[in-house]
Amino acid sequence: MEQAQIQIQVNGESLTYVGVDTVAQLLTHLGRDNVPCAVEVNQQLVPKAKHSQHQLHGGDRVELVTLVGGG
Amino acid sequence: MSDTKPHTSAAPINAPLTAQQHATQSASRVANISTETIANQSEFPTPPLHVGSFQLRSRLVVGTGKYKDFAQMRLALQASRADVITVAVRRERLFDKDGHSLLDALPLDQLTILPNTAGCFSAADAVRVARLGRELLEQLGNPGQRWVKLEVLGDKTTLLPDPIGTIEACAELVKDGFEVLCYSSDDPIAAVRLRDAGASSVMPAGSPIGSGRGIANREAIMILIDLLKNPAHGGRADYPVIVDAGVGTPSDVTLAMELGADGVLLNTGIAHAADPVQMAHAMRLALEAGYFGYKSGRIARKLLGTASSPWSGTFTHIPGE
Repeated sequence: MEQAQIQIQVNGESLTYVGVDTVAQLLTHLGRDNVPCAVEVNQQLVPKAKHSQHQLHGGDRVELVTLVGGG
Repeated sequence: MSDTKPHTSAAPINAPLTAQQHATQSASRVANISTETIANQSEFPTPPLHVGSFQLRSRLVVGTGKYKDFAQMRLALQASRADVITVAVRRERLFDKDGHSLLDALPLDQLTILPNTAGCFSAADAVRVARLGRELLEQLGNPGQRWVKLEVLGDKTTLLPDPIGTIEACAELVKDGFEVLCYSSDDPIAAVRLRDAGASSVMPAGSPIGSGRGIANREAIMILIDLLKNPAHGGRADYPVIVDAGVGTPSDVTLAMELGADGVLLNTGIAHAADPVQMAHAMRLALEAGYFGYKSGRIARKLLGTASSPWSGTFTHIPGE
């Protein structure tokens, strides 16, 4: 079966993926699976425990965030 | 004082000394200060500050922004002796593979991270960012996952807080289980409203963020502290008030503490000093000076002079007598 292609927004960039169905797969694809990274899909937090279940859909707006220096 | 017992600490430095004693002791005083004095003091001479369920060993909370590099930041944080540091939540740079992470630069096991909602201009956005910060700190296993420094800003020019948005977000986050430390203006009534909305601490700005103007309106801060901490005015003596923002110099830190603040939060005053590490040390000393100065109870201000040396026994001419 041919894998579906999806287009999603990740941190404001439009990206097209094949074989990326879940948040966990997206993080693996971006090399963020082993570093602290918080995920929002369509402005809703997806906790780490749900990363492998949470399905991505075309048009989803994903934010991947981390901690940076701040006051 | 004629006792000949050896000094057991550096404390009796005011005892009269013979010339010979002076010569030997001044040579050994450096050793006294670096070993005995420090050994006899606890590392954190001010008592811990309780904020919600947290206990802060240091009453100086420092930010991690604006440093030249991580190495300089690490040294400055160390010099400040702060055990709580603030951080911001931002987008990952997706394709910056060798980007060094703040998280790699910090001794995370020794620090409690206080994530902020800096850059948020609405209650809804601040709540989103707070939840993302909590998620990150849960992943890191850092105790800071229970709290947040709430900032809801009014505009990008002044960076002054939006009091209504801050109150809304505070109530929402408290409902969601956060301990909320609220960045606020120096308005005493806004501070009371934040306390009533469940804030674990109110953190009034001395002056706008990064302005280095210190405490612009000390009477406002004094009234704010009175309303939040004076039981006679509906306050609670142990309710923590932390002056946040605007601090430029050590004397600003000292003044905040002398006005009765429980702690000070600052970032730019250290990070943008010509020598941030030395400035971090100065800020720490200034906080301790202000803390102990306030606790000691200052003398009343008088218009005219009061001699420190006795009049009795004077034998020289005094005008008018």
